[in-house]
Amino acid sequence: MYNPYSLKGKTILVTGASSGIGKAIAIECSKLGATVIILGRDKSRLNETLNQILTPNSQQFCIDLTNYEEVNSLIFSMPKLDGIVNSAGIGSTILFQFASIEKIKNIFDVNFFAPVEFTRLLLKSKKINKNGSIVFLSSIDGPINAHIGNSSYSASKAALAAVSKSLAVELATKGIRVNYLMPGQTETPLIHNDSITEEQLKIDISKYPMGRYGRPEEIAYGAIYFLSDASSFTTGSGLVIDGGFTLQ
Amino acid sequence: MEVKNFIENFAAQFDQTDASQFSFDTKFRDLEEWSSIIALSVMAMIDEEYDIQLKGDEMRNSNTIEELFNMVNSKL
Repeated sequence: MYNPYSLKGKTILVTGASSGIGKAIAIECSKLGATVIILGRDKSRLNETLNQILTPNSQQFCIDLTNYEEVNSLIFSMPKLDGIVNSAGIGSTILFQFASIEKIKNIFDVNFFAPVEFTRLLLKSKKINKNGSIVFLSSIDGPINAHIGNSSYSASKAALAAVSKSLAVELATKGIRVNYLMPGQTETPLIHNDSITEEQLKIDISKYPMGRYGRPEEIAYGAIYFLSDASSFTTGSGLVIDGGFTLQ
Repeated sequence: MEVKNFIENFAAQFDQTDASQFSFDTKFRDLEEWSSIIALSVMAMIDEEYDIQLKGDEMRNSNTIEELFNMVNSKL
């Protein structure tokens, strides 16, 4: 069947695959035929993801991506990849006056330095095939808009968008493409945390023109576009998936 | 944890409301300057000063400085 979005024959690595958007990306990639390598910190939840992945030879690795020694040795044993999705990340609501360097560093370690270093090491060890695709999970918050208490988080996400664009230019002649996704609020465990009440969430949802938050699969379909040959001329692009939120 | 100190830390999150307006039984939600940003400030202050992470619901259910103080004290 004709399908330019097929991932058949491709090996795709997804970080942050134990929950939320990363999990959905891993599962959807396998549904489109990719062999999937999933990375995450929580072994039992990683197992749950792997159980929903149908393609044979898919593998999981339990790893903390901020531990660069572990990352280095893992990369050594990695097969060649056709795509990677850097989706591991943390959220944090903290007013600027309380955002100490230590707290900002904590967010940047996970959201920025870990995916950037991971990508760098993969490239340096030539693990990414020609015509490969690199995807970063940015956000609408940072590159486009802003929310109270989100200065550190949005700075880390804007930094990812900037790195994606630079890297896209650097890797273009190698045929490796680099793009980033900018989701709006998405129904994941990240948004149901103790610092936000369910009532506050309801008010926020009402600000979305489509009257709801995104579903993880709807973000995954954006990643699939970037990973597939359908986007073979697309590099340095950011795709907003937010139900129209940033239009207002 | 000292009551006086807690009230001072609480008052420091406000810019326009005079410090003399804050006492143990102040219903802070009735203050003109009260807002959701100040609520976030108060939660961050409690985290920074007392190393206690209040939940959004716990903050929402407190109405006086005393209630908040007791909540924090019970977690110390």
